[in-house]
Amino acid sequence: MERTGELALFTVTFFQRFWRPPYEGKELVNQMDEVGTKSFVLTAVTGFAIGIVLSMQTRGTLVRFGAEAILPSALALSVVKEIGPVLTSLVLAGRLGAGMGAEIGSMRVTEQIDALEVAALKPFHYLVITRVLACVLIFPVLTIWTDSLAMLGGYLESVLASGMDYRVFFNTAISALRFHDIIIDTMKTSIFGFIVAIVSCYLGYTVRGGTREVGQATMQAVVISSLLILLADVVLVRLSITFF
Amino acid sequence: MPEPSTSSVTAVGAPPPPDTIIELRDLHKSFGANEVLKGVSLSIKKGTNAVIMGGSGSGKSVLLKHIVQLLRPDRGEVWVRGERMDLLEGDALDEMRLSIGYLFQSGALFDSMTVYENMDFILGRHTRLTPEERRARIEETLDWVNLRAKAPNYPAELSGGQKKRIGLARAIILEPQILLYDEPTTGLDPISVRLVSDLIVRLRDERGITGVAITHDLLCAEIITDEAFFLYQGRFIDRGTLEDLRHSEHPVLREFFGEGTETPPAGGTGKGR
Repeated sequence: MERTGELALFTVTFFQRFWRPPYEGKELVNQMDEVGTKSFVLTAVTGFAIGIVLSMQTRGTLVRFGAEAILPSALALSVVKEIGPVLTSLVLAGRLGAGMGAEIGSMRVTEQIDALEVAALKPFHYLVITRVLACVLIFPVLTIWTDSLAMLGGYLESVLASGMDYRVFFNTAISALRFHDIIIDTMKTSIFGFIVAIVSCYLGYTVRGGTREVGQATMQAVVISSLLILLADVVLVRLSITFF
Repeated sequence: MPEPSTSSVTAVGAPPPPDTIIELRDLHKSFGANEVLKGVSLSIKKGTNAVIMGGSGSGKSVLLKHIVQLLRPDRGEVWVRGERMDLLEGDALDEMRLSIGYLFQSGALFDSMTVYENMDFILGRHTRLTPEERRARIEETLDWVNLRAKAPNYPAELSGGQKKRIGLARAIILEPQILLYDEPTTGLDPISVRLVSDLIVRLRDERGITGVAITHDLLCAEIITDEAFFLYQGRFIDRGTLEDLRHSEHPVLREFFGEGTETPPAGGTGKGR
Protein backbone atom coordinates (compact mmCIF):
# COMPACT_ATOMS: atom_id res chain seq x y z
CA MET A 1 0.00 0.00 0.00
CA GLU A 2 2.83 2.35 0.91
CA ARG A 3 4.54 1.73 -2.42
CA THR A 4 1.26 2.29 -4.27
CA GLY A 5 0.94 5.65 -2.56
CA GLU A 6 4.52 6.53 -3.41
CA LEU A 7 3.93 5.61 -7.06
CA ALA A 8 0.88 7.83 -7.10
CA LEU A 9 2.91 10.72 -5.64
CA PHE A 10 5.65 10.07 -8.19
CA THR A 11 3.05 10.30 -10.95
CA VAL A 12 1.67 13.54 -9.52
CA THR A 13 5.22 14.91 -9.41
CA PHE A 14 5.57 14.08 -13.10
CA PHE A 15 2.46 16.07 -13.97
CA GLN A 16 3.60 18.97 -11.79
CA ARG A 17 6.99 19.21 -13.46
CA PHE A 18 6.83 17.97 -17.04
CA TRP A 19 5.65 21.29 -18.46
CA ARG A 20 8.28 23.34 -16.57
CA PRO A 21 11.90 23.90 -17.68
CA PRO A 22 14.47 22.51 -18.24
CA TYR A 23 12.93 20.84 -21.25
CA GLU A 24 15.82 18.52 -22.10
CA GLY A 25 14.95 18.39 -25.81
CA LYS A 26 18.18 16.71 -26.83
CA GLU A 27 17.79 13.98 -24.22
CA LEU A 28 14.14 13.50 -25.25
CA VAL A 29 15.29 12.83 -28.82
CA ASN A 30 17.91 10.38 -27.49
CA GLN A 31 15.25 8.55 -25.55
CA MET A 32 12.88 8.46 -28.51
CA ASP A 33 15.69 6.85 -30.47
CA GLU A 34 16.31 4.39 -27.64
CA VAL A 35 12.61 3.53 -27.34
CA GLY A 36 11.77 3.65 -31.04
CA THR A 37 14.46 2.77 -33.50
CA LYS A 38 16.02 0.18 -31.21
CA SER A 39 12.68 -1.59 -30.84
CA PHE A 40 11.87 -1.82 -34.55
CA VAL A 41 13.25 -5.31 -35.09
CA LEU A 42 11.67 -6.72 -31.93
CA THR A 43 8.23 -5.33 -32.75
CA ALA A 44 8.54 -6.27 -36.41
CA VAL A 45 9.26 -9.89 -35.57
CA THR A 46 6.49 -9.88 -32.99
CA GLY A 47 3.96 -8.46 -35.42
CA PHE A 48 4.94 -10.66 -38.33
CA ALA A 49 4.83 -13.83 -36.27
CA ILE A 50 1.52 -13.02 -34.61
CA GLY A 51 0.00 -12.18 -38.00
CA ILE A 52 0.92 -15.57 -39.37
CA VAL A 53 -0.27 -17.42 -36.28
CA LEU A 54 -3.56 -15.52 -36.06
CA SER A 55 -4.23 -16.10 -39.71
CA MET A 56 -3.59 -19.83 -39.41
CA GLN A 57 -5.73 -20.19 -36.28
CA THR A 58 -8.58 -18.02 -37.55
CA ARG A 59 -8.66 -19.74 -40.93
CA GLY A 60 -9.27 -23.11 -39.31
CA THR A 61 -12.30 -21.77 -37.44
CA LEU A 62 -13.76 -19.77 -40.34
CA VAL A 63 -13.47 -22.66 -42.79
CA ARG A 64 -15.82 -24.69 -40.57
CA PHE A 65 -18.51 -22.03 -41.08
CA GLY A 66 -17.73 -21.43 -44.75
CA ALA A 67 -16.61 -17.91 -43.92
CA GLU A 68 -13.02 -17.99 -45.06
CA ALA A 69 -13.57 -14.88 -47.16
CA ILE A 70 -13.87 -12.69 -44.08
CA LEU A 71 -10.46 -13.75 -42.77
CA PRO A 72 -8.77 -10.44 -43.72
CA SER A 73 -11.50 -8.48 -41.90
CA ALA A 74 -11.28 -10.65 -38.82
CA LEU A 75 -7.52 -10.39 -38.81
CA ALA A 76 -7.53 -6.60 -39.26
CA LEU A 77 -10.07 -6.04 -36.51
CA SER A 78 -8.37 -8.27 -33.97
CA VAL A 79 -4.87 -6.97 -34.75
CA VAL A 80 -5.67 -3.27 -34.90
CA LYS A 81 -8.20 -3.13 -32.07
CA GLU A 82 -6.56 -5.38 -29.54
CA ILE A 83 -3.76 -7.82 -30.31
CA GLY A 84 -1.45 -5.25 -31.86
CA PRO A 85 -1.70 -2.59 -29.15
CA VAL A 86 -1.58 -4.98 -26.21
CA LEU A 87 1.08 -7.30 -27.53
CA THR A 88 3.30 -4.45 -28.67
CA SER A 89 3.01 -2.80 -25.27
CA LEU A 90 3.72 -6.02 -23.38
CA VAL A 91 6.78 -6.74 -25.49
CA LEU A 92 8.02 -3.20 -24.98
CA ALA A 93 7.29 -3.46 -21.25
CA GLY A 94 9.73 -6.32 -21.16
CA ARG A 95 12.45 -4.55 -23.10
CA LEU A 96 12.04 -0.99 -21.88
CA GLY A 97 10.78 -1.71 -18.39
CA ALA A 98 13.81 -3.84 -17.64
CA GLY A 99 16.15 -1.38 -19.32
CA MET A 100 14.84 1.73 -17.57
CA GLY A 101 14.51 0.07 -14.20
CA ALA A 102 18.05 -1.31 -14.37
CA GLU A 103 19.65 1.83 -15.74
CA ILE A 104 18.05 4.27 -13.33
CA GLY A 105 18.37 1.84 -10.41
CA SER A 106 22.08 1.45 -11.11
CA MET A 107 22.46 5.22 -11.27
CA ARG A 108 20.74 5.48 -7.90
CA VAL A 109 22.93 2.94 -6.09
CA THR A 110 26.14 4.39 -7.57
CA GLU A 111 25.07 7.92 -6.45
CA GLN A 112 24.93 9.28 -10.01
CA ILE A 113 21.43 10.65 -9.34
CA ASP A 114 22.72 12.38 -6.21
CA ALA A 115 25.58 13.77 -8.34
CA LEU A 116 23.03 15.20 -10.79
CA GLU A 117 21.08 16.66 -7.87
CA VAL A 118 24.03 18.42 -6.23
CA ALA A 119 25.15 19.77 -9.60
CA ALA A 120 21.69 21.39 -9.95
CA LEU A 121 20.95 19.29 -13.05
CA LYS A 122 17.38 18.27 -12.18
CA PRO A 123 17.60 14.48 -12.42
CA PHE A 124 13.81 14.08 -12.46
CA HIS A 125 13.62 16.07 -15.68
CA TYR A 126 16.68 14.50 -17.25
CA LEU A 127 15.91 10.86 -16.40
CA VAL A 128 12.18 10.48 -15.79
CA ILE A 129 10.32 13.09 -17.82
CA THR A 130 12.30 12.40 -20.99
CA ARG A 131 11.67 8.66 -20.78
CA VAL A 132 7.97 9.00 -20.04
CA LEU A 133 7.41 11.46 -22.88
CA ALA A 134 9.43 9.29 -25.26
CA CYS A 135 7.27 6.27 -24.47
CA VAL A 136 4.02 8.24 -24.74
CA LEU A 137 5.03 9.49 -28.18
CA ILE A 138 6.64 6.37 -29.60
CA PHE A 139 4.36 3.54 -28.43
CA PRO A 140 1.61 4.42 -30.97
CA VAL A 141 4.18 4.60 -33.77
CA LEU A 142 5.54 1.18 -32.89
CA THR A 143 2.00 -0.17 -32.60
CA ILE A 144 1.21 0.94 -36.15
CA TRP A 145 4.45 -0.69 -37.26
CA THR A 146 3.58 -3.94 -35.47
CA ASP A 147 0.05 -3.91 -36.89
CA SER A 148 1.44 -3.43 -40.39
CA LEU A 149 3.84 -6.33 -40.05
CA ALA A 150 1.07 -8.46 -38.59
CA MET A 151 -1.14 -7.79 -41.60
CA LEU A 152 1.79 -8.58 -43.88
CA GLY A 153 2.31 -11.87 -42.05
CA GLY A 154 -1.36 -12.64 -42.32
CA TYR A 155 -1.34 -11.85 -46.03
CA LEU A 156 1.64 -14.13 -46.67
CA GLU A 157 -0.10 -16.93 -44.81
CA SER A 158 -3.21 -16.38 -46.90
CA VAL A 159 -1.21 -16.49 -50.12
CA LEU A 160 0.39 -19.76 -49.11
CA ALA A 161 -2.82 -21.30 -47.79
CA SER A 162 -5.31 -20.20 -50.42
CA GLY A 163 -3.54 -18.08 -53.02
CA MET A 164 -5.57 -15.00 -52.03
CA ASP A 165 -4.96 -11.96 -54.23
CA TYR A 166 -3.30 -9.06 -52.36
CA ARG A 167 -5.95 -6.59 -53.53
CA VAL A 168 -8.74 -8.76 -52.20
CA PHE A 169 -6.89 -9.28 -48.92
CA PHE A 170 -6.05 -5.66 -48.16
CA ASN A 171 -9.30 -4.15 -49.50
CA THR A 172 -11.29 -6.55 -47.35
CA ALA A 173 -9.11 -5.82 -44.36
CA ILE A 174 -9.25 -2.03 -44.69
CA SER A 175 -12.97 -1.92 -45.37
CA ALA A 176 -13.60 -3.60 -42.02
CA LEU A 177 -11.85 -0.86 -40.09
CA ARG A 178 -13.44 2.37 -38.97
CA PHE A 179 -11.47 5.54 -38.37
CA HIS A 180 -11.85 5.31 -34.64
CA ASP A 181 -10.65 1.68 -34.59
CA ILE A 182 -7.30 2.88 -35.80
CA ILE A 183 -7.09 6.12 -33.85
CA ILE A 184 -8.59 5.21 -30.49
CA ASP A 185 -7.18 1.74 -30.18
CA THR A 186 -3.74 2.84 -31.33
CA MET A 187 -3.67 5.93 -29.15
CA LYS A 188 -4.46 3.89 -26.05
CA THR A 189 -0.89 2.65 -26.38
CA SER A 190 0.22 6.13 -25.33
CA ILE A 191 -1.37 5.34 -21.99
CA PHE A 192 0.35 1.95 -21.95
CA GLY A 193 3.65 3.69 -22.72
CA PHE A 194 3.05 6.09 -19.86
CA ILE A 195 2.42 3.15 -17.54
CA VAL A 196 5.60 1.31 -18.56
CA ALA A 197 7.80 4.38 -18.21
CA ILE A 198 6.38 5.78 -14.97
CA VAL A 199 6.42 2.40 -13.19
CA SER A 200 9.94 1.53 -14.37
CA CYS A 201 11.34 4.96 -13.60
CA TYR A 202 9.69 5.00 -10.16
CA LEU A 203 11.11 1.60 -9.22
CA GLY A 204 14.60 2.50 -10.44
CA TYR A 205 14.57 6.03 -8.98
CA THR A 206 13.59 4.84 -5.51
CA VAL A 207 15.74 1.72 -5.23
CA ARG A 208 17.80 1.46 -2.07
CA GLY A 209 20.59 -1.00 -1.53
CA GLY A 210 22.83 -2.74 -4.04
CA THR A 211 22.80 -4.91 -7.12
CA ARG A 212 20.28 -7.35 -5.63
CA GLU A 213 17.76 -4.56 -5.07
CA VAL A 214 18.39 -3.23 -8.60
CA GLY A 215 17.66 -6.70 -9.98
CA GLN A 216 14.45 -6.88 -7.98
CA ALA A 217 13.41 -3.43 -9.17
CA THR A 218 14.07 -4.49 -12.77
CA MET A 219 11.94 -7.60 -12.44
CA GLN A 220 9.15 -5.70 -10.68
CA ALA A 221 9.19 -3.04 -13.40
CA VAL A 222 8.37 -5.65 -16.04
CA VAL A 223 5.80 -7.55 -13.99
CA ILE A 224 3.94 -4.56 -12.57
CA SER A 225 3.83 -2.58 -15.81
CA SER A 226 2.61 -5.68 -17.70
CA LEU A 227 -0.18 -6.26 -15.17
CA LEU A 228 -1.18 -2.60 -15.22
CA ILE A 229 -1.30 -2.64 -19.03
CA LEU A 230 -3.76 -5.52 -18.97
CA LEU A 231 -5.90 -3.87 -16.28
CA ALA A 232 -5.82 -0.54 -18.07
CA ASP A 233 -6.86 -2.25 -21.29
CA VAL A 234 -10.02 -3.58 -19.64
CA VAL A 235 -10.94 -0.07 -18.51
CA LEU A 236 -10.05 1.58 -21.80
CA VAL A 237 -11.93 -0.94 -23.91
CA ARG A 238 -15.00 -0.46 -21.72
CA LEU A 239 -14.73 3.33 -22.10
CA SER A 240 -14.15 3.02 -25.83
CA ILE A 241 -17.29 0.91 -26.28
CA THR A 242 -19.34 3.27 -24.11
CA PHE A 243 -18.31 6.52 -25.74
CA PHE A 244 -17.47 5.54 -29.30
CA MET B 1 32.81 12.42 29.38
CA PRO B 2 31.37 15.95 28.96
CA GLU B 3 30.27 17.02 25.47
CA PRO B 4 32.85 19.26 23.79
CA SER B 5 32.01 22.95 23.88
CA THR B 6 29.83 24.26 21.11
CA SER B 7 30.24 27.89 22.15
CA SER B 8 31.69 28.70 18.73
CA VAL B 9 28.24 28.01 17.19
CA THR B 10 26.09 31.12 16.82
CA ALA B 11 22.78 31.40 18.65
CA VAL B 12 19.74 29.85 17.03
CA GLY B 13 18.17 31.95 14.28
CA ALA B 14 21.02 34.42 13.81
CA PRO B 15 23.32 34.08 10.79
CA PRO B 16 26.88 33.06 11.61
CA PRO B 17 29.76 35.57 11.38
CA PRO B 18 31.11 36.30 7.87
CA ASP B 19 34.24 34.18 8.30
CA THR B 20 32.14 31.10 9.12
CA ILE B 21 31.13 29.48 5.86
CA ILE B 22 29.29 26.42 7.23
CA GLU B 23 27.46 26.08 10.51
CA LEU B 24 25.28 23.22 11.70
CA ARG B 25 23.17 23.82 14.79
CA ASP B 26 21.64 21.06 16.88
CA LEU B 27 20.94 18.76 13.94
CA HIS B 28 18.64 15.84 14.55
CA LYS B 29 17.91 13.23 11.91
CA SER B 30 16.12 9.91 12.15
CA PHE B 31 15.29 7.22 9.61
CA GLY B 32 12.24 5.50 11.00
CA ALA B 33 13.04 4.49 14.55
CA ASN B 34 16.77 4.88 14.04
CA GLU B 35 18.01 8.26 15.30
CA VAL B 36 21.24 8.85 13.40
CA LEU B 37 22.06 12.44 14.40
CA LYS B 38 21.26 13.44 17.97
CA GLY B 39 21.95 17.14 18.18
CA VAL B 40 25.10 17.79 16.15
CA SER B 41 26.62 21.26 15.98
CA LEU B 42 29.74 22.50 14.25
CA SER B 43 31.22 25.62 12.77
CA ILE B 44 33.71 25.72 9.89
CA LYS B 45 35.82 28.74 8.99
CA LYS B 46 36.26 29.84 5.39
CA GLY B 47 39.40 28.55 3.69
CA THR B 48 39.99 25.62 6.04
CA ASN B 49 39.74 21.85 5.78
CA ALA B 50 37.51 20.24 8.36
CA VAL B 51 37.58 16.49 8.84
CA ILE B 52 34.76 14.50 10.38
CA MET B 53 35.90 11.16 11.68
CA GLY B 54 34.10 8.27 13.27
CA GLY B 55 33.38 4.61 12.95
CA SER B 56 31.15 3.01 10.35
CA GLY B 57 27.51 3.84 10.91
CA SER B 58 28.23 6.84 13.13
CA GLY B 59 26.31 9.22 10.83
CA LYS B 60 29.17 10.91 8.95
CA SER B 61 27.66 10.60 5.45
CA VAL B 62 24.22 11.59 6.74
CA LEU B 63 25.73 14.73 8.27
CA LEU B 64 27.64 15.61 5.09
CA LYS B 65 24.53 15.29 2.93
CA HIS B 66 22.74 17.92 5.02
CA ILE B 67 25.25 20.55 3.89
CA VAL B 68 24.10 20.26 0.29
CA GLN B 69 20.46 19.43 1.11
CA LEU B 70 20.52 15.88 -0.12
CA LEU B 71 18.89 15.38 3.29
CA ARG B 72 16.89 17.77 5.47
CA PRO B 73 17.09 17.67 9.26
CA ASP B 74 14.15 16.73 11.45
CA ARG B 75 15.27 19.53 13.77
CA GLY B 76 18.08 22.06 13.70
CA GLU B 77 19.60 24.56 11.30
CA VAL B 78 22.03 24.25 8.41
CA TRP B 79 23.78 27.50 7.50
CA VAL B 80 25.91 27.72 4.36
CA ARG B 81 27.41 31.03 3.18
CA GLY B 82 25.09 32.94 5.46
CA GLU B 83 21.90 31.25 4.18
CA ARG B 84 19.63 28.63 5.76
CA MET B 85 20.48 25.80 3.41
CA ASP B 86 17.82 23.50 4.85
CA LEU B 87 15.08 25.96 3.89
CA LEU B 88 16.17 26.83 0.36
CA GLU B 89 14.15 25.68 -2.66
CA GLY B 90 14.02 26.13 -6.42
CA ASP B 91 16.45 28.55 -8.06
CA ALA B 92 17.91 29.69 -4.73
CA LEU B 93 18.78 26.10 -3.86
CA ASP B 94 20.30 25.51 -7.30
CA GLU B 95 22.40 28.65 -7.03
CA MET B 96 23.72 27.64 -3.63
CA ARG B 97 24.47 24.12 -4.83
CA LEU B 98 26.54 25.50 -7.70
CA SER B 99 28.90 26.99 -5.11
CA ILE B 100 29.38 23.57 -3.54
CA GLY B 101 31.25 20.68 -5.12
CA TYR B 102 30.76 17.12 -3.91
CA LEU B 103 33.19 14.26 -4.33
CA PHE B 104 31.25 11.04 -3.86
CA GLN B 105 32.86 7.96 -2.41
CA SER B 106 32.89 6.06 -5.70
CA GLY B 107 33.26 9.18 -7.81
CA ALA B 108 29.67 8.88 -9.14
CA LEU B 109 30.82 9.58 -12.68
CA PHE B 110 28.05 9.35 -15.28
CA ASP B 111 28.95 6.03 -16.80
CA SER B 112 27.19 6.55 -20.12
CA MET B 113 29.52 9.51 -20.82
CA THR B 114 33.25 9.84 -21.35
CA VAL B 115 35.37 11.77 -18.87
CA TYR B 116 35.25 14.79 -21.19
CA GLU B 117 31.46 14.55 -21.54
CA ASN B 118 31.04 14.22 -17.77
CA MET B 119 32.54 17.66 -17.36
CA ASP B 120 31.16 19.22 -20.53
CA PHE B 121 27.65 18.16 -19.46
CA ILE B 122 27.88 20.39 -16.39
CA LEU B 123 29.66 23.28 -18.11
CA GLY B 124 27.22 23.28 -21.00
CA ARG B 125 24.21 23.63 -18.72
CA HIS B 126 25.56 26.14 -16.22
CA THR B 127 27.80 28.47 -18.22
CA ARG B 128 27.62 30.48 -21.41
CA LEU B 129 31.09 29.39 -22.51
CA THR B 130 31.65 28.57 -26.15
CA PRO B 131 32.64 24.98 -27.02
CA GLU B 132 36.25 26.12 -27.41
CA GLU B 133 36.20 27.82 -24.01
CA ARG B 134 34.64 24.76 -22.41
CA ARG B 135 37.35 22.59 -23.95
CA ALA B 136 40.05 24.87 -22.56
CA ARG B 137 38.48 24.83 -19.07
CA ILE B 138 38.09 21.04 -19.11
CA GLU B 139 41.67 20.48 -20.24
CA GLU B 140 42.99 22.88 -17.62
CA THR B 141 41.01 21.11 -14.91
CA LEU B 142 42.15 17.68 -16.06
CA ASP B 143 45.74 18.93 -16.06
CA TRP B 144 45.20 19.91 -12.44
CA VAL B 145 44.55 16.28 -11.54
CA ASN B 146 47.11 15.11 -14.08
CA LEU B 147 44.63 13.08 -16.15
CA ARG B 148 44.17 14.99 -19.40
CA ALA B 149 44.98 11.84 -21.36
CA LYS B 150 41.90 10.14 -19.91
CA ALA B 151 39.46 12.62 -21.41
CA PRO B 152 38.13 10.23 -24.10
CA ASN B 153 37.82 7.26 -21.73
CA TYR B 154 34.66 5.97 -20.11
CA PRO B 155 34.53 5.61 -16.31
CA ALA B 156 34.58 1.82 -16.60
CA GLU B 157 38.06 2.10 -18.12
CA LEU B 158 39.49 4.00 -15.15
CA SER B 159 41.15 2.74 -11.98
CA GLY B 160 39.67 3.56 -8.57
CA GLY B 161 42.18 6.33 -7.96
CA GLN B 162 41.61 7.81 -11.40
CA LYS B 163 37.85 7.83 -10.84
CA LYS B 164 38.34 9.77 -7.60
CA ARG B 165 40.60 12.31 -9.31
CA ILE B 166 38.22 12.71 -12.24
CA GLY B 167 35.37 13.01 -9.74
CA LEU B 168 37.35 15.75 -8.04
CA ALA B 169 37.98 17.46 -11.36
CA ARG B 170 34.26 17.40 -12.12
CA ALA B 171 33.50 18.74 -8.64
CA ILE B 172 35.73 21.78 -9.17
CA ILE B 173 34.82 22.52 -12.80
CA LEU B 174 32.44 25.29 -11.76
CA GLU B 175 34.99 26.75 -9.32
CA PRO B 176 33.01 26.19 -6.11
CA GLN B 177 33.71 27.84 -2.78
CA ILE B 178 33.11 24.68 -0.78
CA LEU B 179 34.03 21.07 -1.48
CA LEU B 180 32.53 18.11 0.32
CA TYR B 181 34.54 14.89 0.26
CA ASP B 182 32.87 11.60 1.08
CA GLU B 183 35.63 9.14 2.01
CA PRO B 184 38.00 10.62 -0.60
CA THR B 185 40.71 7.98 -0.17
CA THR B 186 38.81 4.82 0.79
CA GLY B 187 40.01 1.85 -1.20
CA LEU B 188 43.10 3.55 -2.57
CA ASP B 189 46.72 2.49 -2.28
CA PRO B 190 49.01 4.69 -0.12
CA ILE B 191 50.47 6.50 -3.15
CA SER B 192 47.01 7.40 -4.42
CA VAL B 193 45.97 8.41 -0.89
CA ARG B 194 48.79 10.96 -0.83
CA LEU B 195 47.98 12.14 -4.37
CA VAL B 196 44.33 12.80 -3.58
CA SER B 197 45.11 14.27 -0.14
CA ASP B 198 47.69 16.63 -1.63
CA LEU B 199 45.10 17.78 -4.18
CA ILE B 200 42.68 18.58 -1.37
CA VAL B 201 45.37 20.68 0.34
CA ARG B 202 46.24 22.44 -2.93
CA LEU B 203 42.58 23.31 -3.48
CA ARG B 204 42.55 25.00 -0.09
CA ASP B 205 45.88 26.77 -0.53
CA GLU B 206 45.70 27.77 -4.21
CA ARG B 207 41.97 28.34 -4.67
CA GLY B 208 40.84 29.12 -1.12
CA ILE B 209 38.27 26.33 -1.21
CA THR B 210 36.81 25.28 2.12
CA GLY B 211 36.80 21.52 2.48
CA VAL B 212 34.72 19.18 4.61
CA ALA B 213 35.89 15.61 4.45
CA ILE B 214 34.56 12.50 6.11
CA THR B 215 37.17 9.83 6.47
CA HIS B 216 38.58 7.22 8.70
CA ASP B 217 41.84 7.13 6.76
CA LEU B 218 44.42 8.48 9.22
CA LEU B 219 47.04 9.14 6.55
CA CYS B 220 44.62 11.34 4.63
CA ALA B 221 43.49 13.03 7.84
CA GLU B 222 47.08 13.83 8.79
CA ILE B 223 47.69 15.53 5.46
CA ILE B 224 44.52 17.59 5.09
CA THR B 225 43.16 18.41 8.56
CA ASP B 226 42.91 21.91 9.98
CA GLU B 227 40.16 20.98 12.44
CA ALA B 228 38.79 17.55 13.22
CA PHE B 229 35.51 16.40 14.71
CA PHE B 230 34.80 12.91 16.02
CA LEU B 231 31.29 11.58 15.60
CA TYR B 232 30.15 8.71 17.78
CA GLN B 233 26.60 7.40 17.98
CA GLY B 234 25.18 10.56 16.45
CA ARG B 235 27.04 13.10 18.58
CA PHE B 236 30.42 14.81 18.49
CA ILE B 237 32.46 13.50 21.39
CA ASP B 238 35.55 15.59 20.70
CA ARG B 239 36.89 18.26 18.37
CA GLY B 240 40.16 20.09 17.78
CA THR B 241 43.31 19.46 15.81
CA LEU B 242 44.13 15.91 14.84
CA GLU B 243 46.73 15.81 17.59
CA ASP B 244 44.08 16.90 20.11
CA LEU B 245 41.92 13.97 19.07
CA ARG B 246 44.85 11.59 19.04
CA HIS B 247 45.66 12.50 22.65
CA SER B 248 42.07 12.51 23.86
CA GLU B 249 41.24 10.65 27.04
CA HIS B 250 37.90 9.48 25.65
CA PRO B 251 37.96 5.65 25.51
CA VAL B 252 36.35 5.55 22.06
CA LEU B 253 39.04 7.82 20.66
CA ARG B 254 41.80 5.92 22.38
CA GLU B 255 40.50 2.74 20.75
CA PHE B 256 40.10 4.46 17.36
CA PHE B 257 43.66 5.74 17.30
CA GLY B 258 45.16 2.68 18.94
CA GLU B 259 46.04 2.25 22.59
CA GLY B 260 49.28 4.21 22.43
CA THR B 261 49.25 7.91 21.76
CA GLU B 262 52.41 8.02 19.66
CA THR B 263 52.16 9.58 16.25
CA PRO B 264 52.36 6.83 13.57
CA PRO B 265 55.55 6.93 11.49
CA ALA B 266 55.41 9.17 8.40
CA GLY B 267 54.12 7.22 5.39
CA GLY B 268 52.29 4.74 7.56
CA THR B 269 48.64 4.22 6.82
CA GLY B 270 47.55 4.40 10.44
CA LYS B 271 44.74 2.23 11.68
CA GLY B 272 41.70 3.91 10.20
CA ARG B 273 38.68 1.93 11.27
